[in-house]
Amino acid sequence: MVNMSPAPKTELKIDHWQPTASKVNLQARAKIIQAIRQFFIERNVLEVETPALAQHTVSDPYLDSIQCDATGEEATLYLQTSPEYHMKRLLCADSGSIFQMCKSFRVDEQGRLHNPEFTMLEWYRVGFDHHQLMDEMDDLLQLVLQCNHADRMTYQQVFQKFLNIDPLHTNSAELKHCAENNGVNDPGLGEVIDDWLMLLFSCCIEPHLQPLTFVYDYPASQSALARVNEADPRVSDRFEVYYQGIELANGFYELANVKEQRQRFIHNNKARLANGKQAVALDEMLLSALEHGLPKCAGVALGIDRLVMLALNCNSINEVIAFNFSKA
Amino acid sequence: MATYSTNQFKGGLKIILDGNPSSIVENEFVKPGKGQAFNRVKIRNLLNGRVIEKTFKSGESVEAADVIESELNYLYNDDEFWYFMDNSSYEQIAVGKAALGDCENWLKENDPYTVTLWNDKAIAVEPPNFVNLKITETDPGLKGDTAQGGSKPATLETGAVVRVPLFILEGEVIKVDTRNGEYVSRAKD
Repeated sequence: MVNMSPAPKTELKIDHWQPTASKVNLQARAKIIQAIRQFFIERNVLEVETPALAQHTVSDPYLDSIQCDATGEEATLYLQTSPEYHMKRLLCADSGSIFQMCKSFRVDEQGRLHNPEFTMLEWYRVGFDHHQLMDEMDDLLQLVLQCNHADRMTYQQVFQKFLNIDPLHTNSAELKHCAENNGVNDPGLGEVIDDWLMLLFSCCIEPHLQPLTFVYDYPASQSALARVNEADPRVSDRFEVYYQGIELANGFYELANVKEQRQRFIHNNKARLANGKQAVALDEMLLSALEHGLPKCAGVALGIDRLVMLALNCNSINEVIAFNFSKA
Repeated sequence: MATYSTNQFKGGLKIILDGNPSSIVENEFVKPGKGQAFNRVKIRNLLNGRVIEKTFKSGESVEAADVIESELNYLYNDDEFWYFMDNSSYEQIAVGKAALGDCENWLKENDPYTVTLWNDKAIAVEPPNFVNLKITETDPGLKGDTAQGGSKPATLETGAVVRVPLFILEGEVIKVDTRNGEYVSRAKD
């Protein structure tokens, strides 16, 4: 949609060139990043670098990639929304456990906790399932946040505890009613249960997740690139990490079945088209790698800017980024 | 029709919400890891001052409100309208009782007030944080009262009643905080 009038102009201040983060915060940030690197070196996890600019991008229904034309020809390239696909190709090529801290890019994500360009820590542990990865992540977060050991709750438990709803046995009418009772209006969501669950989670559950908390066993319909749970196919082997009401990380016991992966990509593209977005070409290089074989592994992506923000008791990631998007 | 997209939302932006001119107080971008992004927005209705919280799907557009705030001086009233003037253009604006609201308690001729105009019509008047007003009626203070004694009601020249310390006398000019209607001190001049 075209905007006919611009937002009111903010006058350029004389100190507009100045960084958004203080020198003290930048020094603390550097220390945290060094500590994280040391954490992985001690565990023999290999640091890798993968392309930020690539031919393919994710098909997530609600993620948009920044497109570029790097060659001067028609082919569109994409700034990566996370290093996931390339890192999985390394795993398929027998890299062993790997980690990476890199810039990732997402369209239209800006706010107190978002910047279109942000720093992500992503790591994969060969031979781990998601529970073992949560253990390791807990250790890393103790180190950086100096907080207590994480609580663990299933997705079902948090909904039952805070909203008295069973997310695995519900319908959009009940969820809509629950939203209303909690002062959240219907922003025009329709009947898709997952859309309502995610709205309620963000607005009514996240604020309660103040202590370090791992939420796991997400509904299978929100599995993304996680395995469906072997014992209970209603849920997937996916977890998220929350601290002080803020989402910090998302991890999976990684889906290795190439047929299922292809189906999920196609399903995503259908959802994209239904949402008025363009479908994206399937990443055949990733699919071929999975065909070759992904070792049993678990992986997680963590937002470094948010982590540093929380470690330094700041209110916005802008206070720990040298130059945020408005000053970039 | 001018519109703003949710990604232009920020504090102070004036929009039309359910037909009412409104001002964005606070905007929070919310994005579940794998889901639809939202904007959770606190919005003040400029007609009644009420603040509500509303959730928008990110990327949606809302109508922009033609709302401006001007510094105007209060002139006089005829019991139906209160008249304010722009000191640079000498243009006068009549404000009805509804738009005036509580500000009626703090109106003093020739003092500046912030008048909010929507489509050139006054919808709200904000007094300065502090005004100096004369006491027209209060009980005489008792001998021996000190600053730390009790308080008593005093009627101001606008008709408003505020609590003042016992030593304040009828005819004195006092400084009042318009945000809570409390006595601050004797006026300095």
